[in-house]
Amino acid sequence: MKKWFNRIYMTLIYVFLFAPIVVLIVFSFNESKSRSNFTGFTFKWYKQLFSNELIMQSLWNTVLVAVVSSVFATLLGTLAAIGIYNLSRRKRAAMMNLVNIPVINPEIVTGVSMMVLFVFIANFFGIELGFWSVCCAHITFCVPYVIMNVMPKLRQMDISMYEAAQDLGCSPNRAFFKAVLPQILPGVFSGFLMAFTYSIDDFVITYFTSGASFPTLPTTIYAMTRMKVNPQINALSAIIFVVVLLFLVISNFCTNKERRKEEI
Amino acid sequence: MLKSKMGSVPFLVWSIIFIMVPLGLVLWYSFTAKDTGEFTPENIFRIGNYSSIFLKSINLALIATVICLVLAYPFAWMLSRAEAHKQGIMMMLVMLPMWMNFLLRTYGWMTLIENEGIINKMFGFIGLGPFEMINTQGAVVLGMVYNYLPFMITPLHSVMVKIDRSTIEAAQDLGAGFWQVLFRVQLPLSLPGIISGITMVFVPSVSTFIISKMLGGGSNMLIGDLIEQQFLGSTYNPYLGSAISLILMVIMLLLMGIMNAFDDDEMQGMVM
Amino acid sequence: MRKWIKCITSVVLAAVLVISVLPVSAADKKEVLRVYNWGEYISTGEDGGMDVIAEFERTHPGVDVEYTTFASNEEMYAKIRSGSANYDIVIPSDYMISRMSAEGMLSKLNFDNIPNYSYIDNTFKNAAYDLENQYSVPYTWGTVGIVYNKTKVKEEITSWSALWDKEYSGKVLMFDNPRDAFAIAFARLGYNINTTDEAQMVDAANLLIEQKDVLQAYVMDQIFNKMESNEAWIAPYYAGDATVMIDENPDLAFVVPKEGSNIFIDGMCVLETSKQKALAEEFINFMCSPEIMAENISYIGYSSPSTAAKELLDEEMKNSKIAYPPQEIVEKCEYFVNLPEEANEKMENYWISIKASDGKTTLSVEDDNWQFWVVLGLIIAVCIFLNIWIRVRKKKTIEEY
Repeated sequence: MKKWFNRIYMTLIYVFLFAPIVVLIVFSFNESKSRSNFTGFTFKWYKQLFSNELIMQSLWNTVLVAVVSSVFATLLGTLAAIGIYNLSRRKRAAMMNLVNIPVINPEIVTGVSMMVLFVFIANFFGIELGFWSVCCAHITFCVPYVIMNVMPKLRQMDISMYEAAQDLGCSPNRAFFKAVLPQILPGVFSGFLMAFTYSIDDFVITYFTSGASFPTLPTTIYAMTRMKVNPQINALSAIIFVVVLLFLVISNFCTNKERRKEEI
Repeated sequence: MLKSKMGSVPFLVWSIIFIMVPLGLVLWYSFTAKDTGEFTPENIFRIGNYSSIFLKSINLALIATVICLVLAYPFAWMLSRAEAHKQGIMMMLVMLPMWMNFLLRTYGWMTLIENEGIINKMFGFIGLGPFEMINTQGAVVLGMVYNYLPFMITPLHSVMVKIDRSTIEAAQDLGAGFWQVLFRVQLPLSLPGIISGITMVFVPSVSTFIISKMLGGGSNMLIGDLIEQQFLGSTYNPYLGSAISLILMVIMLLLMGIMNAFDDDEMQGMVM
Repeated sequence: MRKWIKCITSVVLAAVLVISVLPVSAADKKEVLRVYNWGEYISTGEDGGMDVIAEFERTHPGVDVEYTTFASNEEMYAKIRSGSANYDIVIPSDYMISRMSAEGMLSKLNFDNIPNYSYIDNTFKNAAYDLENQYSVPYTWGTVGIVYNKTKVKEEITSWSALWDKEYSGKVLMFDNPRDAFAIAFARLGYNINTTDEAQMVDAANLLIEQKDVLQAYVMDQIFNKMESNEAWIAPYYAGDATVMIDENPDLAFVVPKEGSNIFIDGMCVLETSKQKALAEEFINFMCSPEIMAENISYIGYSSPSTAAKELLDEEMKNSKIAYPPQEIVEKCEYFVNLPEEANEKMENYWISIKASDGKTTLSVEDDNWQFWVVLGLIIAVCIFLNIWIRVRKKKTIEEY
């Protein structure tokens, strides 16, 4: 009885989470532009999508920003986490407050404040907002997520492993890579994934910092939703969904394999 | 390397440039007059005109947060009690929508709940409706709940996985009923997750401008919309916009200060 | 685990590589021309017509047009004023042209580069917003009226008051920008649409608040779907877009209400900050050539400011009563003028109050808001108190341990 209740409840939540996505995908094959009547099957929106220069450009920009900023944020964040871990209690608390600011701060405030700064910088150096401003903004709001993912792993970490490694003759650096990094790596990796996800998904901050000629997918989608219905949006959703699904399945598969290997 | 304290220096420098300086600029703008550029508290005083927007935003965000918590808590619990190999896949399924852009998902809801949309069509088949769903406050709350539900599930789940089954069993063996287990064992143990979940849902909900625009029909204006309007919207006035941002930030930081006070290391240690 | 390290290192390297290569590929020696235009306001070739931008790029090899859109004059103004975005060409409406030129945002055009300006009819030259024809070249013109669904709205609509009609509650749309929305309220009240009188503005604002009861949504370009799919029945909008909507959904009709309305000219302008002024003028010249203008006009449905281009349109468009209304309708319509800064600000403030309102409260000229500060102060005080209290208590419990 309880098991059934659990199952039904979980299914309902999943239905809630996936309903709009399923609808978007189904209507990407709709012949007419109607969003509620399915009139016939077609691939034409996909064809149009791939010949839509703006969307392709935005896609490239989005991926570029996401990769660059999440990698950079992971490095910066992991380093910072280790540094903060070693600080004295009082300093650590102060640093954690700093880490928390972009998280606690409403996204829109972060967005407008950075826009003000970037406009300042842009005027000063005579450059324009674009790739650099979006990247800086994304790194800034991604770093805390990396730190927050790495910190608990550091705290849970068994420090004696590190000491044992050194006792057995490892240099501190080698001990770090051999004994510490494997322990915190899951945290680093999930931090990286989170940073990547947030960066790809971010609209608000990009909207304020992207300037005139650096459209990312979210800002382009936003512009599209404000205009006439364009089923290319649906086609785009379907493609993104499939890509994400593939990626997640593969990464899940990989981690499972690795876990099994470790168990052996 | 592990013992090095220098690791946090690059981060510190970065944070000062890209967090502290921008916030300082916002503070400066808040007290600058639009036309003369002189110091003035006028911008702050003008915010009083928009009190209803503040109340509405906080109200809707609170509702959305509570709904998220109520929906996510049992879900995360069930998830954390599922078999380990299934958990990975189930968690992935929760994360999956989050990987799609939230504008697309919200757009999906637009097509679902329109007057001529699919849900109303389905109601039509069984002879109900049409209901006015889109362009209402309910639609805005729905959008918030939908978009931020995974942010509630994820931290809850990660805390709950660590709760040992035997802790619950021990409580039950000692004669605790369902509610007692829930309130005396489960909730305190998952408190850190609840708090970070609330933070992660409430903050974006209260400051959203896009959900209210897409699902609220432009007549359900929230603080986020108000700020956006001042910077890139139809009533250009970044000085007033900065002042509103400032007030929003202060309220938010204070609220989160309370939240954090619950969730310090010592507290965690005590519960354990 | 080492695999992961390798993996991450290679990603970093790849990223660094990409960044270092990027500026080279971006500086592809192509000149970039940035055009900032209204949404749904250029021919994209979707209906088999000409893709105007692609045509320009084809005839001007080495030029890459970056085309971006905005939803309202005010939004465009804000984006440019904020300094976050630079464009070469913008296409604002009349009153915004005069505001921007007064604020030094527009560059004086060199008409030697725009020989096709001669095709523009003289009636559209020396207009009030640009008396000496220095800053703008007309793109299109049109009127504002009501689009409505004839099958859902049984009566014939003649007045702005239809937008307040309880019978169509939940099926009415409204402009999502202050100037157009206020103009409708002014017209309905019988005031001049360019009034700066504060009392009249308050009246109009209250009328717009009253309207929220029957309103479905504030929209700009979203109006197309909503009207075409019968989601909404009545909405004020621009005549040109109405033509396009009627093409999609023949049940729709367009009327300029009897109280009078707004007539507008949208002009192509070059921004002062543009570094591509000659190229921008070249683009304007291109858009003014009768063939291109005709292609463009026949797609977007607006009215042509050039008789030469109008002659190239098909019969139906050329004789459209919506695009080229008879003289008695034009006489009832009035152009917007640039309001003084103070009036603009007032209107914008009232606009926010309107959008934030619950549809019941009314505004007055004097707004007293001390209550808000009391409440806000209380909230902040309680927050600080709680914060300290929790921390102190916690410390105590720890000490007791």
